[in-house]
Amino acid sequence: MNGKESAMETVLIQKEGRDGASSTGVVSAKDVTRRYGEGDTSVDALRGVSLEVVSGKLTAVMGPSGSGKSTLMHILAGLDRPTEGEVTIAGETITELGDTELTKLRREHIGFIFQFFNLLPMLTAEENVVLPLELAGIKPDPAWVEELTGKVGLKDRLSHRPSELSGGQQQRVAIARALVSRPTVMFADEPTGNLDSTTGGEILELMRESVTSFGQTTVMVTHDAHAAAIADRVLFLADGLIVKDLGRSSAREILAAMEEVSRQ
Amino acid sequence: MIRVTLKGLAGRKLRALLTALAVVLGVAMVSGTYVLTDTIQKAFDGIFSESYEGTDAVINGKQLVDFSSSGRATVSAELLDEVGALPEVEAAAGGIIDLQSNSNPAKFVGESGKPLGGDPTFGIGLDSSQLRFTPLRLVEGEWAKGAQQVVMDANTAADHGYDVGDTVGVATLGPVKQYEITGVTKFGSVDSIGGATIAVFDVPTAQTLFKKEGRFDGISVAAKEGVSSDELVGAIQPLLPAEAEVKTGEAQAAADSEDTNEGISFITYMLLGFGGVALFVGAFVIFNTLSITVAQRTREFATLRTLGASRRQVLRSVILEGFVIGLLASVVGLFLGLALGKGMNSLFVAFGIDLPQAGTVFATRTIVVSLLVGTVVTVLASLAPAFRATRVPPILAVREGSTLPRSRFAPYAPYVALGTIVVAVGALGAGLFANGLGTKSVLLLLGLGVIGLFVGVALLSSRLVKPLAALVGWPAGRLAGSSGRLARENAVRNPSRTAATAAALMIGLALVTVVAVLGSSLRNSAQSAVEKQIDADYVVTHENGFDPFPVEAGEAVTDADGVELASQVRFDQARAADSEVDVTGIDPTTISRFYDFEWAQGSEGALDRLGGDGAIVQQQFADDHDLSLGSRFPIETASGDTLRVVVRGIYDPPELDQLLGALSVSQRNFDASFLRPRNLFTFVNVSGGETAATTDALEGTLAGFPDAKLHTESDFVTSRTKEFSTLLNLLYVLLAFSVVVSLFGMVNTLVLSVFERTRELGMLRAVGMTRRQARQMIRHESVITALIGAALGLPLGIFLAGLVTEALSQFGVGFSLPIGTLIIFLCVAIVAGVLAAILPARRASRLNVLEALQYE
Ligand SMILES: Nc1ncnc2c1ncn2[C@@H]1O[C@H](COP(=O)(O)OP(=O)(O)OP(=O)(O)O)[C@@H](O)[C@H]1O
Ligand SMILES: [Mg+2]
Repeated sequence: MNGKESAMETVLIQKEGRDGASSTGVVSAKDVTRRYGEGDTSVDALRGVSLEVVSGKLTAVMGPSGSGKSTLMHILAGLDRPTEGEVTIAGETITELGDTELTKLRREHIGFIFQFFNLLPMLTAEENVVLPLELAGIKPDPAWVEELTGKVGLKDRLSHRPSELSGGQQQRVAIARALVSRPTVMFADEPTGNLDSTTGGEILELMRESVTSFGQTTVMVTHDAHAAAIADRVLFLADGLIVKDLGRSSAREILAAMEEVSRQ
Repeated sequence: MIRVTLKGLAGRKLRALLTALAVVLGVAMVSGTYVLTDTIQKAFDGIFSESYEGTDAVINGKQLVDFSSSGRATVSAELLDEVGALPEVEAAAGGIIDLQSNSNPAKFVGESGKPLGGDPTFGIGLDSSQLRFTPLRLVEGEWAKGAQQVVMDANTAADHGYDVGDTVGVATLGPVKQYEITGVTKFGSVDSIGGATIAVFDVPTAQTLFKKEGRFDGISVAAKEGVSSDELVGAIQPLLPAEAEVKTGEAQAAADSEDTNEGISFITYMLLGFGGVALFVGAFVIFNTLSITVAQRTREFATLRTLGASRRQVLRSVILEGFVIGLLASVVGLFLGLALGKGMNSLFVAFGIDLPQAGTVFATRTIVVSLLVGTVVTVLASLAPAFRATRVPPILAVREGSTLPRSRFAPYAPYVALGTIVVAVGALGAGLFANGLGTKSVLLLLGLGVIGLFVGVALLSSRLVKPLAALVGWPAGRLAGSSGRLARENAVRNPSRTAATAAALMIGLALVTVVAVLGSSLRNSAQSAVEKQIDADYVVTHENGFDPFPVEAGEAVTDADGVELASQVRFDQARAADSEVDVTGIDPTTISRFYDFEWAQGSEGALDRLGGDGAIVQQQFADDHDLSLGSRFPIETASGDTLRVVVRGIYDPPELDQLLGALSVSQRNFDASFLRPRNLFTFVNVSGGETAATTDALEGTLAGFPDAKLHTESDFVTSRTKEFSTLLNLLYVLLAFSVVVSLFGMVNTLVLSVFERTRELGMLRAVGMTRRQARQMIRHESVITALIGAALGLPLGIFLAGLVTEALSQFGVGFSLPIGTLIIFLCVAIVAGVLAAILPARRASRLNVLEALQYE
């Protein structure tokens, strides 16, 4: 976790986002470390990670269990603070922001998709979808909401509550909710982790589609090589470090890379 | 966000409902109090304003001595003729009527000799040729004429089945006489005059019965057309003797209602106080319930935060939730108050306080105050949980098994608690023991002290939950085996939750304990004070224990067979040195056989030297007025006479319940100077002492005097605190509301805990826990929580009562612990625990095991 080593791991990918203006990534991390606990029982979940996420692409993060994928995503999204290092989103160094500014940043720049959906049970599907806009005090544009809900295939389920929806349908709602505010970047931690493979496949297609048609920058943590295969780029984490960085790859290539990483 | 909050509330209906219930009762008490007292007020206003509707001016004897049992001074019958002759006067009538002091007592007596109706018992002498002046209306029959006829009020007639033509007994100042009922009357438009009864005679009969021959209580005057009330008053004024006064009808109505207004506002404040206690307990319950729901919704708040909700939005959403619950509860409470107002009135009636009623009054003030108070209390109680909710970090949206972070202040909580307790006890001490504070500041200090003490102990109690649960949970383990032990574990799993739940119950229990301990201390002290003063086989008093009764009754007992010695004690009030003073008229030759004087100056010999102008005074009175043996001073009686007396003896009675007045004169002197003398006590010794046969015989001699009541000495001692015991019972009932509120709190916590432990309960059931065991587990948890409340509340109440008795020790009050009552309270706590567990236990036992296991 010294600076030289992590600098070597820094990966730059040319930004070809919607605005295409800047050559640096929309999300960047520099020498990020994260230590849980103190003293003998402390765990170094991240040991010096630097990376840039470029706009308009789907980046997958893979790695063995406990390698620090979730930790990295939480830090990139400003949900957690690194022990050391710096994270910037859309040019703002979020590691220095207070709660109010972070909230504002989340409203404008960040969307989330959770493994366990995290829908609000008392709201209908449509209400869940527009919730981020309501929180930000923005009137939802009906055309956009309609397009979005159409795209995720929720047209005839809009007035249902989460308890009346299947897991796959709930995750569709969550995706629409993450997309509704056109965030700079969307984060997903194992979005298919709680779904069977068929449903999971549909959800992945949907995410790919949102990257393709809306140019939605997305960071997705996954265990599944098939899921990673839809990504434009696959990062491999092991023991708190980025150990491999592939471009668009097939599931087979990814599986091979995974095995290689696990063996190290 | 508003929508999210409201939908969230709608999605948690049961929880919202249970939370709301905690405020509903308190608000209902506030609104019920207003409804009740407004209604009583309206009835009284009606009585007073209608009393003078056709009257332009009223001439009355002056109220020379407030609260004198012989009433106001009267005016002479000649005055009526003089007034009637004035050119300004259209009509004038004299009457016997005194609604202020019941100086004309006329009690209806049924065939069995039992009194009909309650208190007061107004006797009225009505000039039926001048009906314009009276608010009384005939419902049936005719007005009474002559010494054999009476008119009865409609309430009494209906309640006891009397009709025109029937015969009824009436006891006035003398023994019961039989009268023919010629009519039934109603007091204006007032629905009910409460427990009061009215007996209407013609004027000469009333004058004779109430010993006011040739006199009137008042003269009502109507002005000629074109003469204003003020002009009329001006014209009458010069005719009046010194002890009479004239007022316009309106002014008199206002003056009459002033006294009752004071009484009513006392009732209002007292009842509002109990409503306040219920609201305070409700605030605890709401605080706790919202804290639990906030903790359970950690993930929801975190998710909202990741979706861009700001802290302020989270804060507002919880407060809004509190606001909505508070408002809804207040609306329900407001209307429930309408029913509760009636209920409280029935309660009062049951405790012998029967007040007049008119049509129900639902004032705007009632609505505003009820809604405001309920909503504000709920919102205040939701502040702390709301701030906790803002501290939920967004990361908890993605972490499993996430719990709310501990408060920043948590480490300091015990110090804050101890500090609060110290300050509270300081305030209590200052309120109770400091000299020279006004009543307002004393009440304020006491109120804040008690609230502070409760809050402090509640804050501290989460630390006490573990040891207390081990203690009070021990029987559960023995009684219910594994489910009992699990119950104990569950109770300490979340100490602050259990503590807050128990604290709500603690408040109610502490307050009833204060009442019980204080009550027993006062009662015991008062009873021993009475025992110290008298030694008699029998004592005759008024049936209600405090009014004077006819002298004839005392004499009838004295003349009975087997009576060795009897002593009469007359009573009235008079003015001395510009203040009211109780005066007793004692028989110097017999009193010392019954009453034990603690002489401070003088000796038994003083009694022999009482003579025509001697007086025996109490030490306190002597100190207050700088009197010593031989001092002379004047007293003024209700009739306007002045009596000059010389101090012959000074004695020092116990501080509590002094049986004789501050001032005692010889009976001869008393009878000569006071109008219409009546007895306060007749002390009796019989040959052979108290026996059942003698008791019967003596009671027989009193048959004609329904007002008088015979007691054995021990009966008499307990009867002295009867009123007080009634008051205690009333306080218990009013405090019971707070206990019920805390019961809702217990139901709430348990329901929420069961909900939270759905998965765990499913697991327990899956590995072999029976439904019965599941119910048992919840029930024991509930009882343990209740017992923790009792373990905190009872000692706290005893401590508070101890402080108060200490402060009262200068008045001869000694501390006494009513063990039996306290054990009953402990049982009440257990029953409360069992009751609170019914619904949650049923929910727990009905869980579908499969669904519970899949529950997320
Ligand atoms: N809150 C925490 N406290 C202590 N240690 C933690 C915490 N969260 C994560 N860790 C540790 O940090 C390391 C990385 O955890 P992380 O959740 O990032 O792994 P992951 O790659 O997401 O694993 P998985 O694939 O199982 O989700 C692990 O060793 C984990 O035990
Ligand atoms: Mg993970």
